[in-house]
Amino acid sequence: MAKLFVKNLRKVFGELEAVKGISFNVDEKETLCLLGPSGCGKTTTLRCIAGLEIPTSGEIYINSTLINDLPPQKRGIGLVFQDYAVFPHMTVYDNLAFGLQVRKMEKSKIDSKVKEIARLLDLENVLQRYAKRLSLSEIQRVAIGRAIAVDPEILLLDEPLSNLDARTREKMRTELKEIQMKVGITSVYVTHDQLEAMTLADRIAVMNNGLIEQIGKPSEIYDNPKTLFVARFIGTPSMNFIDCSFIEKNGKAIIDASEFYLDVSDISSIIKEKSTTSELILGCRSEDIIIETKKTSPDSIEVEVKFIENLGAKSIYHLGIGEKRILVKTHIIPGIKIGSKVWILFNKNKIHLFDKKTNLAII
Amino acid sequence: MVSIKLVNISKKGIRKKILENISFTVNDKELFVINGPPGAGKTTLLKIIAGLIAPDEGDIFIGEKRVNDVPANERGVGMLFETPAIYPNLTGFDNIAFPLRIKKVPEDEIKKKVKEVADFLQISHLLNRKPNTYSGGELQRVALARVLVRTPSILLLDEPLKNLDAKIRESMRVELKRLQRELGITTIFATHDQLEALTIGDRIAVINEGIIHQIDIPENVYNYPKTVFTARFIGSPPINLIECTLEKKDKKCILKTSEFNFDFTEHMKLFENYEVGHKFLLGIRPENIILHKDLEKATGIIGTIQLIENVGDEKIISIKIDDKVLTSIVGKEVILDYGQKVCVEINMDKIHIFDMENNKSIL
Repeated sequence: MAKLFVKNLRKVFGELEAVKGISFNVDEKETLCLLGPSGCGKTTTLRCIAGLEIPTSGEIYINSTLINDLPPQKRGIGLVFQDYAVFPHMTVYDNLAFGLQVRKMEKSKIDSKVKEIARLLDLENVLQRYAKRLSLSEIQRVAIGRAIAVDPEILLLDEPLSNLDARTREKMRTELKEIQMKVGITSVYVTHDQLEAMTLADRIAVMNNGLIEQIGKPSEIYDNPKTLFVARFIGTPSMNFIDCSFIEKNGKAIIDASEFYLDVSDISSIIKEKSTTSELILGCRSEDIIIETKKTSPDSIEVEVKFIENLGAKSIYHLGIGEKRILVKTHIIPGIKIGSKVWILFNKNKIHLFDKKTNLAII
Repeated sequence: MVSIKLVNISKKGIRKKILENISFTVNDKELFVINGPPGAGKTTLLKIIAGLIAPDEGDIFIGEKRVNDVPANERGVGMLFETPAIYPNLTGFDNIAFPLRIKKVPEDEIKKKVKEVADFLQISHLLNRKPNTYSGGELQRVALARVLVRTPSILLLDEPLKNLDAKIRESMRVELKRLQRELGITTIFATHDQLEALTIGDRIAVINEGIIHQIDIPENVYNYPKTVFTARFIGSPPINLIECTLEKKDKKCILKTSEFNFDFTEHMKLFENYEVGHKFLLGIRPENIILHKDLEKATGIIGTIQLIENVGDEKIISIKIDDKVLTSIVGKEVILDYGQKVCVEINMDKIHIFDMENNKSIL
């Protein structure tokens, strides 16, 4: 089983520096997601690993082998494309056997390998069927099967779910996760969909502007974003951000958001140590704010319901205070309508503060 | 006052019916959503209302007037397509002004109108730029401006958010709803995305294979689905459906599967007209499946955790009970492990029962 190491990878296209020197590694059997908006350099990184682009500088290793100068077919890499690229005029058997035939493997060996893959991915009953007559779920499995039939060291997946409609995407995502657990191969998965990354990755590398902003487990990235960009990009609805300033008076430390303030005396030393300015941004996830129909604490803040998004089991309440909008995602609260006055309470253990100058997280 | 009324609209395709007996009324100023999977007939329906396709049968009323024989350009309909058909060689201003120039509106009036609509949609900064400098969201707004500048009396939107990034889609969703409210324009919005339908619709028509399954407010479509299709299509993660058989003995009424026995003796009346052995589908939304880690205290069925999908604020849990897999959803603070045994409790107050003969709800 293989490990992948990427060191100081840079890729320049003419005037555009698409990847600006990134380093990461992928452990044995681990799935690492490269996540970011379009143009962040994630696909370029993947193409460099696959050998479809030549890095401007930097090294890529599989285990201890430097693969920079190896042609794509000699790198030991399996690739699953955005639209799967399963050959429609070939049977499932021929699709799975394709890579092995190209490698001139013996017929009997090809046969046993194809059958092994078909068993693993539950394709035994459709082996003789033409690919154009398969369900989407089967096509996805054929695409993965074809990629892993050649026993690659590393599996690369380039936004495999992005062309599907919402309902199908959800289903295929769960299936992909199940396949992944069964196959257990070192993988790099590229996506712009934070939900896919959260559910499929062992670790996520969040990319922006050709750089990695943070690498970590999905729960770390979600709970402790290190930069404002990561905090905004991960999670739906987006984290609430409120401009505020840090003020100390009468022995108390508060963050002042003009319409309301929060007492942060207990963490004031951390804030002072880590911030470069008193101008901060308060961040709070929409599920970490409690809505009250009656004021229960001196910290409760009065707000007006501006809009309600129904999600089925839950709702997103858009709450207004002055010009600010705060989104709260919670179970449906009977009796709350657009125009209602309610109170909100921040869960102080779950708030984030960002330095407005550096955009880095303080807590 | 502009309402839209369809009476028994049908349309045949080459092999099968695309639309079958579609009747509904969209009220003045309402945002009416047509929600169904790809191929359900949504776009055909919109094109029939717009006058781009003639129905085989049925009547279309806009306001009081039957418009079947009115040409498309005289129906007062503004239609926005999935891919905004913006001219790449024209500036924002010229794109928006285009339909007015065709109508030979005086140039100073065009200027006034374009400025007005651009201010309203907050795209004044795009007027002098060409479309290749726009983001996806900006492109969509310019396309909408070109529709609105003709002051249509009704608005038809065909998957306008489909090609946008997940993040932009989320904010555009809320913005579209706000615009529609402020304009007070009767609107039909077609989408395949059930979440979009739930969050922005005043009412939703769930459509599949040319047949309308249910028309209701979002809460009711989610909480009281009338057919198996609606139950399955609306809600994410999807509803759990369990096939079971009716048993009546010793004055008891039980729906039985190989794993579960659901006692419906209290609601015996529901099953009065059904024979013993009749097949039903039980529908249980994931949030109504409650998991207990303490196996001794709880009563219920023991299952094994097969899959955990962390979506950030929540975790989607697949639990295996013998051959069945149920989906539940828990808060992010709940810690569970693969392979862990849990006790599964079902909230029977929120259960749905469908007759398998006609796939309709019996509640």
